[in-house]
Amino acid sequence: MSNHHKQTFITKYVFSTDHKMISKQYLITGIFMGIIGVMMSMLFRLQIAWPEESFGIFEAFLGHHQDGGVMSPDIYLALVTIHGTIMVFFVLTAGLSGTFSNLLIPLQIGARDMASGFLNMVSYWLFFLSSVIMVSSLFLEAGPASAGWTIYPPLSALPQAIPGSGMGMTLWLISMAIFIASSLLGALNYIVTVLNLRTKGMKMTRLPLTIWAFFVTAIIGVVSFPVLLSAALLLIFDRSFGTSFYLSDIFIQGEVLHYQGGSPVLFEHLFWFLGHPEVYIVLLPALGITSEIISTNSRKPIFGYRAMIGSIMAIAFLSTIVWGHHMFVSGMNPFLGSVFTFTTLLIAIPSAVKAFNYITTLWKGNLQMNPAMLFSIGLVSTFISGGLTGIVLGDSALDINVHDTYFVIAHFHLVMGVSAIYGMFAGIYHWFPKMYGRMMNKTLGYWHFWITAIAAYGVFFPMHFIGLAGLPRRYYSNTAFPLFDDLSDVNKVITLFAILGGLAQLIFLANFFISIYKGKKASQNPWHSNTLEWTTPVEHIHGNWPGEIPEVHRWSYDYSKPGLPEDFVSQSTPLFPGEEES
Amino acid sequence: MTALLYVLLAIVICIAIWQITSIFNLKGAIATEKDNNTQGILFALFGVFFYGLMIYSFAKLSVVLLPESASVEGEDYDKLYIITMILILVVQAITQFLLFYFAFKYRGIKGRKALFYADSSKLEAIWTIIPAVVLSGLVLYGLSVWQEVMDSSDAKDPLIVEVYAKQFQWEARYAGADKELGRANVRNIKGINTMGVDMTDKNAQDDIPTRELHLPKGRKVIFKFRSQDVLHSAFMPHFRAQMNCVPGMVTSFSFTPKITTQEMRLNEKTVAKVDGINKIRKEKGEDPYQFDYLLLCNKICGASHYNMQMKIVVEEPSEFNTWLEQQKTMRQVIN
Repeated sequence: MSNHHKQTFITKYVFSTDHKMISKQYLITGIFMGIIGVMMSMLFRLQIAWPEESFGIFEAFLGHHQDGGVMSPDIYLALVTIHGTIMVFFVLTAGLSGTFSNLLIPLQIGARDMASGFLNMVSYWLFFLSSVIMVSSLFLEAGPASAGWTIYPPLSALPQAIPGSGMGMTLWLISMAIFIASSLLGALNYIVTVLNLRTKGMKMTRLPLTIWAFFVTAIIGVVSFPVLLSAALLLIFDRSFGTSFYLSDIFIQGEVLHYQGGSPVLFEHLFWFLGHPEVYIVLLPALGITSEIISTNSRKPIFGYRAMIGSIMAIAFLSTIVWGHHMFVSGMNPFLGSVFTFTTLLIAIPSAVKAFNYITTLWKGNLQMNPAMLFSIGLVSTFISGGLTGIVLGDSALDINVHDTYFVIAHFHLVMGVSAIYGMFAGIYHWFPKMYGRMMNKTLGYWHFWITAIAAYGVFFPMHFIGLAGLPRRYYSNTAFPLFDDLSDVNKVITLFAILGGLAQLIFLANFFISIYKGKKASQNPWHSNTLEWTTPVEHIHGNWPGEIPEVHRWSYDYSKPGLPEDFVSQSTPLFPGEEES
Repeated sequence: MTALLYVLLAIVICIAIWQITSIFNLKGAIATEKDNNTQGILFALFGVFFYGLMIYSFAKLSVVLLPESASVEGEDYDKLYIITMILILVVQAITQFLLFYFAFKYRGIKGRKALFYADSSKLEAIWTIIPAVVLSGLVLYGLSVWQEVMDSSDAKDPLIVEVYAKQFQWEARYAGADKELGRANVRNIKGINTMGVDMTDKNAQDDIPTRELHLPKGRKVIFKFRSQDVLHSAFMPHFRAQMNCVPGMVTSFSFTPKITTQEMRLNEKTVAKVDGINKIRKEKGEDPYQFDYLLLCNKICGASHYNMQMKIVVEEPSEFNTWLEQQKTMRQVIN
């Protein structure tokens, strides 16, 4: 491999097959989608806190979907739908996994590039295309898809039921189909690369936990995303070709529709067969990143390396047999509810092991409080807070009364939303020098973390209570129920914290974009880390290492190993005389 | 145009943030010993904020929570709920304390070497087995409650009620004297036969359609749910009851009401909650609110999803029977 063939602007920055450039493309696109997704949440939070009040900002952004600054119910539902879709798929799947799998897999396993650079490029551009389609659906006359990010039919199948189920839903489905293709190409590439392109000495048991997490995530993706594709295809058939996979016995707007024999419950099964593993597709990479950063910044080996791998695999396996816990009150056989309760609570065990192992890694460490470390500790905190309420929701009996209330929103935002976003931020702060050759400003990083951390708990902690008070999610306004009048103050507080958290992200954006050009120049191994990516030159070159690919002699967690000269030692350093492999 | 202004404003703020820090020349990138110290202390303070927020929320927000279960089956639910909550809070309190405490205690000092401690099968066994045992207990208890709640086969003389959902309202149909609901399908919907009841079915003749849900205290009620158009979910939070209404199929749920509406209005917790609500309503100049049980829609179903509700009245069996006798049967309504 070499860096001598000449690159034009187009092949270097646009249709690049270099994994480092593709990773940056994923990140920038993900950040852009993230801005849209977070802004939407600001808009609908304003509506929830001050229902049916007039806001100039609505007039500015919502076009004809508002009247004198008052948001319409249809656009409210569209906003929550697209917020969910964008955050789950475009930011936390493509933006997180796409960025860091691409950046780190070749660099940390010691490979020149991905197994197929071309497929990798196609994967990014399909993702880009699907993003463009999703964003363009926002400008439709009737508004974008608005049946919730779970797009349950019949609501998502019938334009008579909600205006967003016309062209908006069509574009949503097309965008997601392309997204799935992109995600599958990416995942296959990751799997093949990890299996085949590890450098000499890089045994599976010497891989950093980041790579284990990306590898297993890719496998989950390959197993579950095709099922969502088939669910989407059948929905397209029902919508456009008159089939009845999901629809039956429907009377709407004065007429009986011809559908007969289908069942929406089938769709729910297919959707959640992806939908639940998707939680782990989002979360595992964040946990992998955290493992690496906590270990490096504690100057300690990650505690229980093998148990961590075991729990990643256990979570991955169990994640494919728990989907029914989203459907306890869907009308499916109660016996199935019992089975899914059992498998769901099983998944708490490997999750608990991970949390305890993180805490033990901190114990007696020498913690270097870099911004990445703060976000990683923050992740452990929100992962525990959010994970524990999963014990309530995963229990079929208890789920009955909290299902689809704000309790659920609080739960999954903490455990997968905030946690995964923290993991993404941690990864950006930590690997920014690897991506751009410069450092991000740490003071801004600290401000970013603390304001975000306070805002995140300020938003989601009180939210549990309004859920337990019985408030359903996806209500445009709570004014129709005097019963919920006493929740309005809580909702205002939540919205204020949400706005605070949203504004804190401006600090990040400023830090990120300005540091690309003005940040302090990075040294080769700024965090004194063991992994192979820090043995490459700061300036990116095609093929990653100028000479031979380094050989690996040890695992990646030899931090503060007794008897060694420094508190870190690169994986490429041979064992010292008399040293035993850890 | 204004949107563009907002975006420009955001960019200006970003640049301002950057400029402010560069005035102080804070271009550092890697944490120094001083940073470790400050950030470690901040984690300790954050721990205080965290516990403070938790305690404050419990103190301040407990009043908004639902009162005790108004159904017999919900009693088990409440017990399981309390046990689970206590367990969660104990684990939460301990683990978060350890996390913030370690972040504070082991903040980096120059020259100190971290402990090389990579593995301990004993510790890992402990925190695999303890959660496994505790969760097994919870699963077994949870499943017994689930079984109890979902199984209505042994009910004696249950009241059968159909709850019918459509964009954006609820209707109900009582089985009548023969205790059986007549067949129904959306294809029979015509004029005032809004639920599509098949009037050729003899069981349908004495069915009683209503727009309000009345339930007798102390008698098991078996609900049969249908939907006319999209998914809805019948959510009766005071009874710890919820079931989706699915077009093309009949779903069911059952419970035994045990507190009448009148009694619930006098319940201590309800009184406190209603007082809180009425204080707010008074400030806004709205009419005072009186407690009622509600059936609300809990599955996104369209623009007016947020206002799809039906009043539930729980009363003594005698009052209930009087009310039911006053209602017209299907045959009387249609002919």
